[in-house]
Amino acid sequence: MSAVGRRDGVVAWLFLAPYLVLFGGFVLLPIVLGLWISLHNWDFTLPGKPFVGLDNYANLLDPGSVAFDPFWDSMKATGIFTLFSVPLLIVIPLAVAMVMNAKFPGRNLFRAVYFAPYVLGVAVVGVMWRFLLDRNIGAVNSYLGAIGLPDDIAWLSSIPAAWVALVGVTVWWTLGFNAVIYIAGLQDIPRELYEAARIDGAGRWAIIWNVTLPSLRPVTMFVTVVTLIASANMFGQSFIMTNGAPAQETRTAIFYIAETGLQNFQMGQAAAASWILTVALMALSLVVFAVFRARGALDVS
Amino acid sequence: MRHPTLTSSALSRRGFIAVTAGGLLVAGCGGGQGPGGGSEEGVGGFSGDAYAGPALTLAYWNGFTGGDGPAMQALVKSFVSDHDNIDVENNTVEWLDFYQRLPAAAQAGKGPDVGVMHLDQLATNAARGVIVPLDDLAESLSLSEGDFTESVWGPGIYEDQRYGIPLDVHTIAMYYNQEHFDKAGISEPPTDAASLDEACQALQAAGYQTPMWMPNQWPAHLMFLSLLWQFGGEPYAEDGSAATYDDDAGVQALTWMREQVEKGYSPDNVDIDAQYIAFKNGENSITWDGIWQILDLESAGLPYGIAPIPVIGDEQAAWANSHHFFMTSQAAEDEDRANASKTFIGWMSDQSSAWAEAGMIPARNSAREGSEFTDSPQASLGDQINALHFLPPVPGLGDVQPQTLEIGVNEGVLGRRSPEDALSAAASNATELMEQNLERFGA
Repeated sequence: MSAVGRRDGVVAWLFLAPYLVLFGGFVLLPIVLGLWISLHNWDFTLPGKPFVGLDNYANLLDPGSVAFDPFWDSMKATGIFTLFSVPLLIVIPLAVAMVMNAKFPGRNLFRAVYFAPYVLGVAVVGVMWRFLLDRNIGAVNSYLGAIGLPDDIAWLSSIPAAWVALVGVTVWWTLGFNAVIYIAGLQDIPRELYEAARIDGAGRWAIIWNVTLPSLRPVTMFVTVVTLIASANMFGQSFIMTNGAPAQETRTAIFYIAETGLQNFQMGQAAAASWILTVALMALSLVVFAVFRARGALDVS
Repeated sequence: MRHPTLTSSALSRRGFIAVTAGGLLVAGCGGGQGPGGGSEEGVGGFSGDAYAGPALTLAYWNGFTGGDGPAMQALVKSFVSDHDNIDVENNTVEWLDFYQRLPAAAQAGKGPDVGVMHLDQLATNAARGVIVPLDDLAESLSLSEGDFTESVWGPGIYEDQRYGIPLDVHTIAMYYNQEHFDKAGISEPPTDAASLDEACQALQAAGYQTPMWMPNQWPAHLMFLSLLWQFGGEPYAEDGSAATYDDDAGVQALTWMREQVEKGYSPDNVDIDAQYIAFKNGENSITWDGIWQILDLESAGLPYGIAPIPVIGDEQAAWANSHHFFMTSQAAEDEDRANASKTFIGWMSDQSSAWAEAGMIPARNSAREGSEFTDSPQASLGDQINALHFLPPVPGLGDVQPQTLEIGVNEGVLGRRSPEDALSAAASNATELMEQNLERFGA
């Protein structure tokens, strides 16, 4: 290798160094430490942190253990939430983006309106909707009653209404972000493709199906993976709005991990649960990549 | 500690005794040995004389974020002006975060010297080595059981050593809307199940369709515990080895709670805090809640009345908790800090009658005779002091309860499961977790 090439290598590493330090310190190290903690009965406030091998994992995987139901119920809750929120958060923002991409008066105002909820913190969103959705004193039920619909839906303390509420609020809250990504993607599609399609006599739906959607594949994949991970990490909404109620049915995996590790100080078990969740998420992401790759998403640049 | 307004939300209120809902972030999760692992014996030989060493600043942590906050700050101010060589840095953290942050901060050597925590957290934090015994302080202050009611003095002792100096006692009470009562022709607050039932019927007849909203989350488990004790039950084995609230007493207690919904006195599915908000809005006539709500109701200008919770079971009883002063192992490492801390605690303990302004019942027997207390709204509960019950000093109990008892009560009141099923599932899980805790904290 030439001297120039070597120097390039050094320069590249120098440029990468700040990021690598952060990545190492805040991502890699915690991952490894988490693995180490998960092998112990780890309460950092106690002097003894006995090594227990794979016991924490075994407890979480053994149906007879007291930890089994709470953990897997929380995984199920995360699964339900993800299953319903991800498709909605892929499709609705896409529709919104297409409308917002058209030219019409007041377009910027509408764009802002759709994006606005996203700037709110989860605490604001959660507390606000908790009051709006209250079964007995909330505005939502009150208005439903006023227009002749059932006004006794327990949005925060019955199943499935609580899932409708949690998914609905999350879609309302975050669709603006996904829509902005889609709008950027839409603006990147070359005009010539549309012109060519029109000259070939394609109708509106044919254009969407054959030009817009295929061109958006890389963007859609990004949106899908990001939304999937965000949904699987859902915590604040159920923490604030339902507090996991009824019983613990809306307590998500992250909720469980936070409660176990940071409140009950059972960090070994929480770390083991995190690892199981991580592996599940990695597997899911691989599936998404495989699906999009099969459809050629990664070939379009 | 109270979190009166609508906006301050239930999060903080729920975190009031034991941290209930899921954890927020704890800063740092260091490994290794911090001061937490260190001295168990504290610094002995405190003479009781005020600290006379070099000037220093004590870090003082508490969770008085509500209407009780200003009352505490006034006390601190007056302590500082009384003591030239001790300054106090007051750090108020919501209770919800308090019990997560304290062990973490103590572990990192950045914790307080002194602070206030709930009685039912003392054992946990003693076992974690966060706080140190204060027997010498109690002795030098001539504090003894005679000064306090036994039920509040006893649970401050963990493994034969005293870890907390009681400041106050707080319990739950029955609040009622005076206007509604007048309209329904109820002249005396109900005192037992029959008169409560009559009152509810009278209120319904007067047009208040749902006069007593039954919560299924905070403070439902405090109501349940009170009723359990009224029916002669005990929630936990004294040695922390088992949960025992799934017996007949527990089932009767939870059954009664659910019945109020079934009779139509309460709407279904009362969401977090709704019963209290509805009470403040005049939609709910009767609600059981902590006496720390007094300040909030006073400032809301509601025509409310307060009375001991009625005797639904066989005898008078109510859940209670208590604020205790503690000193950290961090302060114990430095003799000056330790002595200054003890001076502070001793002085504050003497002021417990002024603390009645915060809506609390003073822990000292003598302080309950002072006019600050006898003129306060909560004075009507003072007679109840010997009927108050505290959770036993079992390390880790505060972590077990939210994932077991509170879930069982939630399911029972919602009618999702029968009281028997809900309680026996909760109790058997709790017993298992408590056995794990015995091992964990015993090791």
